Amino acid sequence: MSGVHVSTTINGDPVEFVCQPGEVLLDVLRNRVGLTGAKEGCGTGDCGTCSVTVDGRLVCSCLVLGAEVEGRTVTTVEGMADGADLHPLQKKFIEHAALQCGICTPGFLVAAKALLDRNPDPSEEQIRYALAGNLCRCTGYDKIVRAVQAAAKDLAVDATKPAKPAPKKTTAGKSAKKTA
Amino acid sequence: MTHNPSFTNQTFKVIGTRVPRPDGLDKVTGRARYGADASAPGQLVGMILRSPHAHAEIKNIDTSKADKIPGVKAIITSADLPDKVNGRRDMLDTLENCMARGRVLYDGHAIAAVAAIDADTAKKALKAIKVDYKILPHVTDVDEAMKDGAPIVQQWVRTAGGDANKATNVSQVSQFGHGNIEEGFAEADVIIERSYKTEQTHQGYIEPHACLASVGPDGNGELWVTTQGHYTFRTQCAQLLGMDIAKLKVTSSEIGGGFGGKTHVWMEPVALALSRKANRPVKLVMTREEVFRATGPTCSTSMDVKIGAKKDGRITAALAVLRYQDGAFPGIWGMLGGMTAWACYDLPNVKAIAYDVLVNRPKVAAYRAPSAPMAAFAVESTMDLVAQAINMDPVDFRLLNAAKEGTRASYGPTYGPIGIRATLEAVKNHPQMKAKLGPNQGRGMACGFWFNFGGQTCSTVNICTDGTVNVSVGTVDVGGSRASLSLIAAEELGVPYETVKCTVSDTTALGHNDTTEGSRGTFSSGMAIIFAARNAVAELRARAAKTWDIPVEEVEWKDGVAYPMGDQHHNLKPLSLKDIAAKSPRTGGPIAGHNETVADGAGVSFASHICDVEVDPETGATRILRYAVVQDAGKAIHPDYVEGQFQGAAAQGIGWALNEEYVYGKDGRLQNAGFLDYRIPVCSDLPFIDTTILEIPNPGHPYGIRGVGETSIVPPLAAIGNAVSNAVGVRMNHVPMSPPRILKAIKAQRAAG
Amino acid sequence: MRYEAPTSTKDAVGLLSKAKGKGQVLAGGSDLLVRLKGGFIEPDLIVDIKRIPAMQGVTKTASGFKIGAAVSCAQLGENAALKKAWPGVVEAANLIGSDQIQSRCTVVGNLCNASPAADSVPAMVAAKAKAVVVGPKGKRTIPVENVVAGPGKTALKAGELIESITLPARKGKTGDAYLRFIPRTEMDIAVCSAGVNLTLGRGGVVTDARVALGAVAPTVVLVPAAAKAIIGTKLDDVALAALAAACEAACNPIDDKRGTVEFRTEVAGVLAKRAAKIAYQRAGG
Repeated sequence: MSGVHVSTTINGDPVEFVCQPGEVLLDVLRNRVGLTGAKEGCGTGDCGTCSVTVDGRLVCSCLVLGAEVEGRTVTTVEGMADGADLHPLQKKFIEHAALQCGICTPGFLVAAKALLDRNPDPSEEQIRYALAGNLCRCTGYDKIVRAVQAAAKDLAVDATKPAKPAPKKTTAGKSAKKTA
Repeated sequence: MTHNPSFTNQTFKVIGTRVPRPDGLDKVTGRARYGADASAPGQLVGMILRSPHAHAEIKNIDTSKADKIPGVKAIITSADLPDKVNGRRDMLDTLENCMARGRVLYDGHAIAAVAAIDADTAKKALKAIKVDYKILPHVTDVDEAMKDGAPIVQQWVRTAGGDANKATNVSQVSQFGHGNIEEGFAEADVIIERSYKTEQTHQGYIEPHACLASVGPDGNGELWVTTQGHYTFRTQCAQLLGMDIAKLKVTSSEIGGGFGGKTHVWMEPVALALSRKANRPVKLVMTREEVFRATGPTCSTSMDVKIGAKKDGRITAALAVLRYQDGAFPGIWGMLGGMTAWACYDLPNVKAIAYDVLVNRPKVAAYRAPSAPMAAFAVESTMDLVAQAINMDPVDFRLLNAAKEGTRASYGPTYGPIGIRATLEAVKNHPQMKAKLGPNQGRGMACGFWFNFGGQTCSTVNICTDGTVNVSVGTVDVGGSRASLSLIAAEELGVPYETVKCTVSDTTALGHNDTTEGSRGTFSSGMAIIFAARNAVAELRARAAKTWDIPVEEVEWKDGVAYPMGDQHHNLKPLSLKDIAAKSPRTGGPIAGHNETVADGAGVSFASHICDVEVDPETGATRILRYAVVQDAGKAIHPDYVEGQFQGAAAQGIGWALNEEYVYGKDGRLQNAGFLDYRIPVCSDLPFIDTTILEIPNPGHPYGIRGVGETSIVPPLAAIGNAVSNAVGVRMNHVPMSPPRILKAIKAQRAAG
Repeated sequence: MRYEAPTSTKDAVGLLSKAKGKGQVLAGGSDLLVRLKGGFIEPDLIVDIKRIPAMQGVTKTASGFKIGAAVSCAQLGENAALKKAWPGVVEAANLIGSDQIQSRCTVVGNLCNASPAADSVPAMVAAKAKAVVVGPKGKRTIPVENVVAGPGKTALKAGELIESITLPARKGKTGDAYLRFIPRTEMDIAVCSAGVNLTLGRGGVVTDARVALGAVAPTVVLVPAAAKAIIGTKLDDVALAALAAACEAACNPIDDKRGTVEFRTEVAGVLAKRAAKIAYQRAGG
């Protein structure tokens, strides 16, 4: 046995685990860390059901070794909601009936979030191609695309709201130095 | 049945509204638990060794080396699964399919299985098992298998009703129809005759089969499994393992897609047998490759269709000869094709002859309206050819010949009120028919039919003391039915939807429920809930009567409230369900309603589709530009989920029509057992899919519900074939209409001038 | 089996040399991990190169571009300068798989996996890309077409790995393009493909061309006759027809689950014509 010790960050929390050198991140998440949101649909990167992000990049966790995430940050579907507040994508998927059996839903949510994070106003075509790596057999993708479009609108509205005022500084007197 | 199931034509308070589904939150947060998401202390990893040969005798299996590997806790072969089926052939077939008995019948057939402490050890153990095979000749093509001299797949098979001494691959020949087709063809002005082929496809559910099995030495067992029917799985597994049915508790996980492929046990008996031998829980999860090689795809077919019609468009005779391969075990799939082939039409002289044929391929299982899409491809393509030959609009031609109430269906029964004409009229007037088509673009349409099923169903409605409601059902929720079933309970009881919680119970909580298939989930459990709720309402009225000390006949139930009837009771305050529930511990105890039934009265379902395509004439690549589904749902309980069924079924049909097929080599081995080369539609392949829900009530159901889940997989193959024909002028007779096949047809046409 | 993540090329070479041929390089892993899980390879050692600075980043120099072996195809697509100079190479790299795969896959991995259908290779061959190979005996630079020896085989020796890919600098009116045929719109292995790289002279006349075809032979095929057919022309219909004919003649494909000999041959010619037209437009023709 030649276990690899890994220290990483998952959904914002520090996590340590020991895994086999050839063990993939998907199996680590599901079997060692207890996060079963990512699923195995094919094991070969063809279905996207295992989608997570590593250092902000959307990946198939079935094609990443657990050992590779040493010192990196991983996010999964379990990290999308802010406590009890669902992410707009999660809300819209429910509202628009964008899931039937739901097995592909975690992967789609992670992939759709990765899309909207880098392209907040995608066209229908851009959405379809960005999500081409996620297979769904139940919905024909129609309501999934509509949910992503609705979430993009929602997120755009949130972005135009005035930012919350910053807490007042209490240093008296001196004005802040301006940096070039 | 204590209640009349007939259609009541009532107006609804909550039925038909688009409420959020109860399992939505768990599914968008990753909390929902599917087949592979359960674990047990001390669990072992199960793995199956599969044959690399299409047909072979097993001379010997030597597990001695594998036994000695540290961490291997059990190894089984068919010796550990003795025949306990009491002569039932279908159960013996299932047992043999789960694990080969002396011979392998297809590439991927299970030979042995191991349970070990981890996956690496299990893999090592499989590698260490030595199998001696004597390779036998194989046959994988349906027409080849019917020829004299073809390798015989099952030596015991005889054509039902045929020569009792002749071993054959044809297990049965079925015939349907009425009238006199020879006379009919003689009357015709125009006769079109064509042959067609469709390749084998798989349901393609994204979740592989998975289970967690635990059997103790006391004969008690538990099975957590992804399935469309946990009661059916219980019965089958108990029988195959020689266990008492009541002692095997089966819990259905959330299911990640089934479409018919999870109505059958494939490896669950193996997991239970491993657990029994190792005396530890065993988790057995199929890989994607195993799913393609060793579960239940649909049939590949070879078909001949002949239609005769008069110049005015009336069909005078229709004949279909259908050859369906069922895999390595006898099945009824050809027969179903024969039943559905002509079901859309009102025909004076009609015949369908269907062959069920064995080949060295996996055991065919149901796939969404099983057998209907293939026959419809052949029939609906030929319908367009006839329409062309008599210069008639394809929709008008179908309208002229469409079945209606009172039509004697080609497969026997007389139709009640049905929706085929309504769907055709809707197609005729659909805005897509007016969309402009450019160069190399074409439009096609086609119709489809599917029966629905009722079946054994049990349901319990429990009223909690705070007035909220638990509904227990036994039909697995494959597409959101818990939302619809909660709506039905809420409607019957007169309470808000949000106060109802619907659960799919394990097998110890209810009587037997048939599988969720045949579009029966909402139909059957919905009916059972209606009657269970009405029984609960009877009890609620009785409690109100007791509370008021008046006869129960003078209590009426309206919108969730008990009212005393008659002026003499004007001083009695109405009691809500919540009031009555709160008092229930003192008025007689918990209030519930049950219903155990065989849900009869299932209707039939029709759909018509329109498809616009663009074909690249230099490569044969085909893109779907627009797609519209029109289908009769009887009554749409939750319109979002009805639309979802229409769109999902259409998408599967589109994949089947364009790219999906099993590719076998000359060695009889499956070459594309993965999502890379078994090509299902991806998001960028499809446009938005327009849906129109028609509601022609089914008189056999109180709300008029028809099953909706299956019918829309039937029209796409021919809708696309007809669209391609109109786009680039080639008639495709081989599905999938992949680019190489389309390009070849285009070139042949060009060469012919 | 061991996993190592060295932080220098020298260390990577050392690890691979000691493994005596039973070591594998891990960049994106989208080929390696599939082969590992499928039991097709059983390495003693996996060397992850993603933490080696010399293999990261895209650098623009006077002599062209240097693409580190650990650079993902997604990163290539985000490099504006590279996209401007070599749109064909970048679009080829960006066609490999889904967005999930794009975050991981690399053109070097694509090259060394040596599939006849690799998407990035025809475009790199057409672009005259070179591979900088490092090994126990030092560094050598070879044309990318010499890296691949056959399906699944490279010409790299034990202990060698590729540190970077170089692309020449662009001068004058140039353009390249890559097209592939797949039955769906995404997620398929190329059935056949064509990469075309053009230089134009006065009046929009093609003065230099390279045409490379993928998935129509055991390795990528460079078709000098196709280039000759269009040099000195403005890509009129006669020239394009000759280009297609030369491409068809150079094809030596197989029948398999993805395509037939007949289909691959014909469509290779069609794609070469279409790619040539796009490259011509990009070059300002």
